[in-house]
Amino acid sequence: MSVVLHTNKLSKAFFGVPAVQDVSISVEAGQILGLVGQNGAGKSTLMNLIGGVVHADSGTMSLHGQPYQPRNPADAFRAGIAFIHQELNLFTNLSIAENIFIESFPTQRRGPFRLIDRSAVHQRTEALLAQVGLALPPNLTIDRISPGERQLVEIAKALHIDASLFILDEPTTSLTNRETERLFALMKQLQAQGKALIYISHILNDVLALADSIAVMRDGQLITQEPVQNFDVGRMISLMVGRSIDHLYPERTSQPSSEILLDVQGVTADGIVKDIALRVHQGEIVGLFGLMGSGRTELARILFGVDGFESGQVILDKRRFTVSVPRESIRSGVAFVTENRREEGLLMDISIHENVALVALPQFCHTPLQIVDQDAAYSSVRQTLNALQLKSGDIRKQPVRSLSGGNQQKVVIAKWLLSKPKLFIMDEPTRGIDVEAKFEIYTIMDQLAGSGSGILFISSELEELMGMCDRIVVMSRGEIVGEFARQAFDAKAILHAAFREGEALT
Amino acid sequence: MKSSRVLQKTWNVLLNHSTLVLFVVVFIIFGLSSPRFFTLENITNFVKQAAFTGIIAVGMTFVLLTAGIDLSVGSNMYLSSVISGLLMRSIGLDVLPALLVALVVGTLFGAVNAFSVVYLRITPFMATLATLVIGRGIGTALTESRQIDLPERMATFGQAHLLGIPMPIIAFLIVVSTAYFVLTRLPIGRQIYAVGNDRDAAEKAGINSKRVIFSVYLISGFCAALAGFILASQVIRVDRSFAEGREFDAIAAAVLGGVSLFGGVGNVIGALVGAVLIQMVQTGLQFNQVNLYLQPMVRALIILMTVFFDSLREAQAEKLRRRFIRPLDGDKTEVHKAPVVPSQANT
Repeated sequence: MSVVLHTNKLSKAFFGVPAVQDVSISVEAGQILGLVGQNGAGKSTLMNLIGGVVHADSGTMSLHGQPYQPRNPADAFRAGIAFIHQELNLFTNLSIAENIFIESFPTQRRGPFRLIDRSAVHQRTEALLAQVGLALPPNLTIDRISPGERQLVEIAKALHIDASLFILDEPTTSLTNRETERLFALMKQLQAQGKALIYISHILNDVLALADSIAVMRDGQLITQEPVQNFDVGRMISLMVGRSIDHLYPERTSQPSSEILLDVQGVTADGIVKDIALRVHQGEIVGLFGLMGSGRTELARILFGVDGFESGQVILDKRRFTVSVPRESIRSGVAFVTENRREEGLLMDISIHENVALVALPQFCHTPLQIVDQDAAYSSVRQTLNALQLKSGDIRKQPVRSLSGGNQQKVVIAKWLLSKPKLFIMDEPTRGIDVEAKFEIYTIMDQLAGSGSGILFISSELEELMGMCDRIVVMSRGEIVGEFARQAFDAKAILHAAFREGEALT
Repeated sequence: MKSSRVLQKTWNVLLNHSTLVLFVVVFIIFGLSSPRFFTLENITNFVKQAAFTGIIAVGMTFVLLTAGIDLSVGSNMYLSSVISGLLMRSIGLDVLPALLVALVVGTLFGAVNAFSVVYLRITPFMATLATLVIGRGIGTALTESRQIDLPERMATFGQAHLLGIPMPIIAFLIVVSTAYFVLTRLPIGRQIYAVGNDRDAAEKAGINSKRVIFSVYLISGFCAALAGFILASQVIRVDRSFAEGREFDAIAAAVLGGVSLFGGVGNVIGALVGAVLIQMVQTGLQFNQVNLYLQPMVRALIILMTVFFDSLREAQAEKLRRRFIRPLDGDKTEVHKAPVVPSQANT
């Protein structure tokens, strides 16, 4: 068998944090390589390197034995690499046929023009759709078809460029059973034609059933690449978890009370989350764990009122709470520390003081004209920041951009602290910050819980959830699939739930 | 339940064809209030007057489809007409060469916008706002802010007919049909829609989105110059306030016609309907002797209403675009579960 793609010691770091380190893998023609690993293990970054989306810091790649150095996705595309992303890249305003041929329409000469050859486009699209088993008219626009059908259109598009390597990153998340079977049959067919495939999935049994060899990644490194015969689900999970749990977490200093703070009952948003039942008590830190695309962040956005939901109800502090807009949520005492503090949580170019005071401004307006009492605001901002041990210069002059990641996160938390929330929703609060700053954030969380606030702590790092939470709730595909009390914390069991492998083990 | 669904459907149909509905309603109201409104002469008249607004609206449609905007079209009309007008006056340039000069100037004007947007990465709003001011500034400097009276030949050109159809209407129809052809039948046309829908995805699909965006500003510049020349041939002079504020009408006409300000949605037929509708309202208001000072307000109100409809449509489209992480519950089949593979570790 000939090697189609080989990577040699590829490395890539983002802002000094290594995402992929010295990874060497190879895929052969007529083979399916399964790639597995926890969130943040570096799978997607590795695929983005191959797909030309990001550029390697060091290391080389070869394609069919030739040096391969894509400058952009279009380069990879022309080199015969079809990358089917987790999030779809289709144009919802165009037809299926147009989406497939958008970059290289077949044309026919008519006088001075090269017209789109509509009948050729139509016929070829029909043939491609037949190959992926979609019985849809080629001129149907994308916004009229289901998520699963869109995924298959993406694959039809990849077939059209006659790729020699197919990368499929979590392609089954939005597929129904039948669509998934169709996809797998198609993958087998491509394999029989001598194509190489890289298949990334969190459904480990699918990987076992499909792949010829499996590569396991952890913390940006390739742990092993071996033939599929050497693996079972248990071994895959052990290899993925492997990390030593000697991270430092502060002792929890308080116990949760029995008072229910947040009660989520049967919240459903079609296509996003289903029948979510979740409780957070006063003084409790509840971890929300799930793999990428499991619906954690989507649920947080719904609870904070950024997105809507169709049925179910949310009760906050014994009051039915019509979450409609974030402003209402803030007034009712909910704080949302967002996953993406650079884009959503902070105004990077304005001062620390102004960032912190923003949410709580109404508190400092007492006169009938609602003029902000600057001195009162400043002293209370400074007090809060001191309590959080923020390291900075003059908080009224220094822009937030100049702070380190950990200190930026403290500013976000301080901003919410001023409005004295009852419930904190923290989405990946420690992402991209160093160990010491993490410890400080954990300490703050413990103090918040100690003062009676409830915290919904969303994270992809299982270890930190196990270190800090009273309870961990596991989500998968928009549903809650498991719940673990602190005494019953077990990394493998939690991962099994998240990977939905419970059925296979018991 | 059932009746509410019917209501919802009717509402959706009305929403998606709001302009056509508005067009018919306005036409009937004006017709009933003033019988002379329905005469062929009057209809020809307002379609003719709609022609130059319509032509810039077509150019604007290309820009809006990429989620950009071109505020400089009024200034472009002025500057290209000033330069061709000056040449007609000073060296006695004939009408057709003068038209050619105007088109070249307008396209170059568009190229400046395109360069600023694509290579200097200035947001389209600011880039074209700047060229709006600069363009009129250059024109005013060239004429020392004096009015240019155009030669008699220009008037003859402006009043020309073909098969009884006035020249502006013919030009308008040629522009609309060419644009329609480009947008539906040429690869670049479909790529304009793709870029407007999702620029990142367009890049990933291998489309040269810089080239696509560059070209729409050229087209808008070309259309503005053509519209300016036709307007000049109607009024036979170019003064300081020539075509001032026309960008507003063009954007309004396109949006009235269903072109979304958010990119990727709309077509030039809509822009045609929108342009005629705006002109019809104006004529209708004059027929009904509505206070001259109130007229702009009524027009603005109609435009505001249609932009409101646009945002309603967009909110609906937003729902369709949300990212799904699980199959919709409407799907009859079960959520995919992994096949159970015997696991050696547990046996």
